[in-house]
Amino acid sequence: MSSLVLILLTGIGLGALYFLVASGLSLIYGLMHVLNFAHGAFLTLSAFIGWQVAQALGTASWGSFLVSILVGAAVGAVFATLTELILIRPLYERHIEQVLVTVGLSFAAVALFEGIWGTDAINIAGPPWLKGTTEVLGAKIPNTYWVLMIAAAIVLAALVLFLQKTRYGMIIRAGVENRAMVTALGIDVRKSFTLVFAIGGAAAGIGGVLAMHYSTFVSAHLGATLLIFAFIVTVIGGLGSLTGAAIASVLVAVLQQFANFYLEGTGDFIVVVLLALVLLVRPRGLMGRTA
Amino acid sequence: MTAPILTVEHLSASIAGQQVVEDVTFAVPATGITAVLGRNGVGKTSTLRGILGLISRRGAVTLAGERIDSLPTHRIVQRGVGYVPEDREVFAKLTVAENLALAERTKNPRREFVAELFPDLVARRGQMAGTLSGGQQQMVSVARALLNENVLLLVDEPTKGLAPRIVAEVADALQEAAKIVPILLVEQNLDVVRQLADDAVVIAGGRVVHTGPAREILDDRALTMRLLGVSAEVHA
Repeated sequence: MSSLVLILLTGIGLGALYFLVASGLSLIYGLMHVLNFAHGAFLTLSAFIGWQVAQALGTASWGSFLVSILVGAAVGAVFATLTELILIRPLYERHIEQVLVTVGLSFAAVALFEGIWGTDAINIAGPPWLKGTTEVLGAKIPNTYWVLMIAAAIVLAALVLFLQKTRYGMIIRAGVENRAMVTALGIDVRKSFTLVFAIGGAAAGIGGVLAMHYSTFVSAHLGATLLIFAFIVTVIGGLGSLTGAAIASVLVAVLQQFANFYLEGTGDFIVVVLLALVLLVRPRGLMGRTA
Repeated sequence: MTAPILTVEHLSASIAGQQVVEDVTFAVPATGITAVLGRNGVGKTSTLRGILGLISRRGAVTLAGERIDSLPTHRIVQRGVGYVPEDREVFAKLTVAENLALAERTKNPRREFVAELFPDLVARRGQMAGTLSGGQQQMVSVARALLNENVLLLVDEPTKGLAPRIVAEVADALQEAAKIVPILLVEQNLDVVRQLADDAVVIAGGRVVHTGPAREILDDRALTMRLLGVSAEVHA
């Protein structure tokens, strides 16, 4: 019983981390039809800067932990905004070139990060509580998973509120359905593109700082590893669907944890099999739109 | 005679490299309804989309004396062009109220005017637009264009696929709208054209082949048969 609870809750926690990365990917694709391979770079830079901020403020305090998360979100948002304005916008409506430029940026960013922070992973520390566990029905759940779950729940709630209750949220929802018609109502949809990049970058930035605490290290490749799974959950959830991304994140991560535990560490393989199955049976994903 | 609100000169347009409008030239008077007529696939819808910059286009398009052919779509619309697209294109996952709110560009949108024209939409404010009937969706689509003070409306096949009763409602709404804003109307239903249009532009083979008063064209059976492939019934 305790194993089951442990696997389930750590799966949900890992899913929360996937969601923090996948939410931005999904929104960006839904509105702009751009698969953003640079998303991992937003995450990695946020983690490095977040780590440096925490180092400067003292890693053991909750204050520095929270500040590092906020700084991570800001760094992710600024990096993503600049990427959209400088690299994506000049290639408006040229989707293949837009994807290629994000691929190029992702490679360049890793090389740059290695140049600045070195090629070795850097061990990090946080508030002591994060290293502890909390017992639930006999299962000792590492406390980092609770933080991941809380952060993802806050980000999800904030995104839903933003999308449902604000004019820009309405524009983004409409743009995901029919971008041309949004422009035909006199709305400059490109402003929404920048905004979506910024929001996605901020979520990835939060994910970056938390991924660093989850892994207990930061490296130039932190984002690339997570990005693969974020893409998988984005596709399984249905490209462009925030709800789909949330459901698929938890589904994939729980399945991954169960397979790792009961099927001798085959979690990653099982996830790829699930992706193949979903693409075969339901190519538009769990919550994606019909073509 | 007042200056036309819109002039289109040597407009050509293409979709994915395929030329769909060849060399279209016409003017839209500053009052009343001007119909764009032609057989299926001659480029009527593409002409409207080309004017609005929704597809790649070349040529001169002048709105109220100013060239708009190099502007992006949203800037053209902001200059006072309302658009009612073919197939309505409402946002299915947004409510009726959200669809209308999204279209509001001015500080004082004409909500009362729209509510009077389409009282049904007021009752269905909270309903998802995707769950409305075709006629109700068309009302949303027309209402979006009427909410703002425009200098021109581009209306594309507003009665397509609608039941006769709804066709009459939509036609009445456009007639009412035409009292305050000129309309460039693409319409296949010649009875509706006869009811609404003052002038007509006939396109064939991607070019304008005839212009003149709408009734004059519709009353000439030989002409309508030759240009449109149908004979417009003449009602007393």
